[in-house]
Amino acid sequence: MYKYVLKRLLMMIPVLLGVTFLVYFILALSPGDPVRMILGEQASEESVQMLREELGLNDPIPVRYVRYLGGLLQGDLGTSYKNQLPVAPQVLERFPNTLILAMSGMLVALLVGTPLGILSAKKQYTLLDNATTVLGLVGVAMPTFWLGLLLVLLFSLHLGWFPSSGMGEGIGPLLKSLVLPAATLGTSCTASVMRMTRSSMLEVLRQDYIDTARAKGLKEGYITLHHMLKNALVPIVTVAGLQFGMLLGGSALTETIFSWPGLGRFMVDSIKSKDMPMVLGSAVFLAVVYSVVNLLVDILYAYIDPRIKSQYKK
Amino acid sequence: MRKRKVQQLEAMAAAGGRSLWQEALRRFRRNRMAMISAGFLVLLVVFAAATIIIDAVTGNAIYDAKVISQDLTHRLQPPSKDHILGLDEFGRDIALRIWWGARYSVFMGASSVLAAIVMGSILGAIAGYYGGVVDNVIMRFMDIMLSLPYILLAIAIVAALGPGLINVLIAISISYVPEFARVVRASVLSMRDQEFVEAARAVGASDRKVIFSQIFPNTMAPLIVQATMAVAGAISSIAALSFLGLGIQPPLPEWGAMLSNARTYIRDAWHITVFPGLMILLTILSLNIMGDGLRDALDPKLKN
Repeated sequence: MYKYVLKRLLMMIPVLLGVTFLVYFILALSPGDPVRMILGEQASEESVQMLREELGLNDPIPVRYVRYLGGLLQGDLGTSYKNQLPVAPQVLERFPNTLILAMSGMLVALLVGTPLGILSAKKQYTLLDNATTVLGLVGVAMPTFWLGLLLVLLFSLHLGWFPSSGMGEGIGPLLKSLVLPAATLGTSCTASVMRMTRSSMLEVLRQDYIDTARAKGLKEGYITLHHMLKNALVPIVTVAGLQFGMLLGGSALTETIFSWPGLGRFMVDSIKSKDMPMVLGSAVFLAVVYSVVNLLVDILYAYIDPRIKSQYKK
Repeated sequence: MRKRKVQQLEAMAAAGGRSLWQEALRRFRRNRMAMISAGFLVLLVVFAAATIIIDAVTGNAIYDAKVISQDLTHRLQPPSKDHILGLDEFGRDIALRIWWGARYSVFMGASSVLAAIVMGSILGAIAGYYGGVVDNVIMRFMDIMLSLPYILLAIAIVAALGPGLINVLIAISISYVPEFARVVRASVLSMRDQEFVEAARAVGASDRKVIFSQIFPNTMAPLIVQATMAVAGAISSIAALSFLGLGIQPPLPEWGAMLSNARTYIRDAWHITVFPGLMILLTILSLNIMGDGLRDALDPKLKN
């Protein structure tokens, strides 16, 4: 197992290099002179040149990237153009809020999606199955931002059950303020998990060992959980893992609707104020987290499915 | 299960001289949900094209007078007989704005995916056909692009290029390139060593000719399915970027941009939030259902 994890960690190095380079390269191409942004349009040519030299903006992009990478390895993401403070602490300050939101979204997806998927597989072609299939289709197609607005309309403006924006302080208010954003963020994920659970359960449902288990006189509930679900788990975990990365990376929309103080909204705000080091720092950070999550999912497979692990034992 | 198999065999026997595509069309027609979705999408395209023709003929008269110009005395009016979907925060008819906004979703969604298909197919075909180092270089780069969430990649590109119609188009098509490169490469790989390709090479066809006239037509089926789904994703991304204020800017009647404004007035009027979003949902839903239908029709093996 250690060997497998080590191998996967090594394989991650080129991916991380590539991802950071891609994001750096895209954002370095952006038009507009950052020095003019800092100093203003009236600044003299001389001071502009001096600051350019100081910030190293006269070097070619690959050189600047290597320098950025050097800083990144030491936890330095540069300095914001806007408030002149280091980027890294500001990113780290907001990331936990995004993580809380993404994890709650995932929790919604697993708690709602898996049971519904199991039920609709076991009751295939019934009314319940059809209803969940339709729900799944709508859930996947639902634009996140519209769903968020609808939920605000119904549950916070009309019924007044939950706050429409912000993040509550303390456990009670926090949970209350989490409900709508988590439901918004988690819906498409719920639909994906549900669809995957259904089709993956259907595949194991008619296997011989299920008949054997029934013939042994095991309880149906036990069979469902231990014989069916456990064997249907790998594709479900795959989808859930991929979706979790999406939840983290795509949190900008949900955070904007609910004024959630997370990294996604922060990044969008930084784009609007043209604060490139901030945008870059947030994007690189999200990209790295996304890759790490994908790695963790891969390692989780090996834990769930011993066949995958055994491939790496040689 | 067995009954289905027999039916299928009968269908195949009955098909007789029909070509693969005719057969697929027949299967698609039998799928009622997919047909309804396709009908909705055809209507949407017709309506979107109609606005462009109307604008061209009237010299933007209706567009300027009804879709863009503001009438603050009647702002936020709820749906009524005169304005079935009500008026927005600037007193503009929401139904007309949704109608005029269809062009962004329909044509931008389609053209960004088309651009992605062209770029992705070329890269995927080259990678699959030549293999070796070329394949490795291209596909590792695609992997890196795939290891970023779509929306993050699109946001990064728009951040670099700035908001606006063309930039959104570029951002979205680039973020979909890897997906198509992968699909085409997989198809090319599975076909590279088949007899008909060898035969073409044996009679002296150039690499380009072999790729484009022998291999490419055979990769169409998975490509079409993937493209339908991608258009749905692209429409959703266009609306999302515009909603964030990074895409198409107001006063253009793009559906996502309309929602972005609606958010400010959500306490005062429900109707400006509900209808543009409903159109986005219906469009994406139809594309997804049609995509599922096309997959079942083009590749019956997958269904069973």
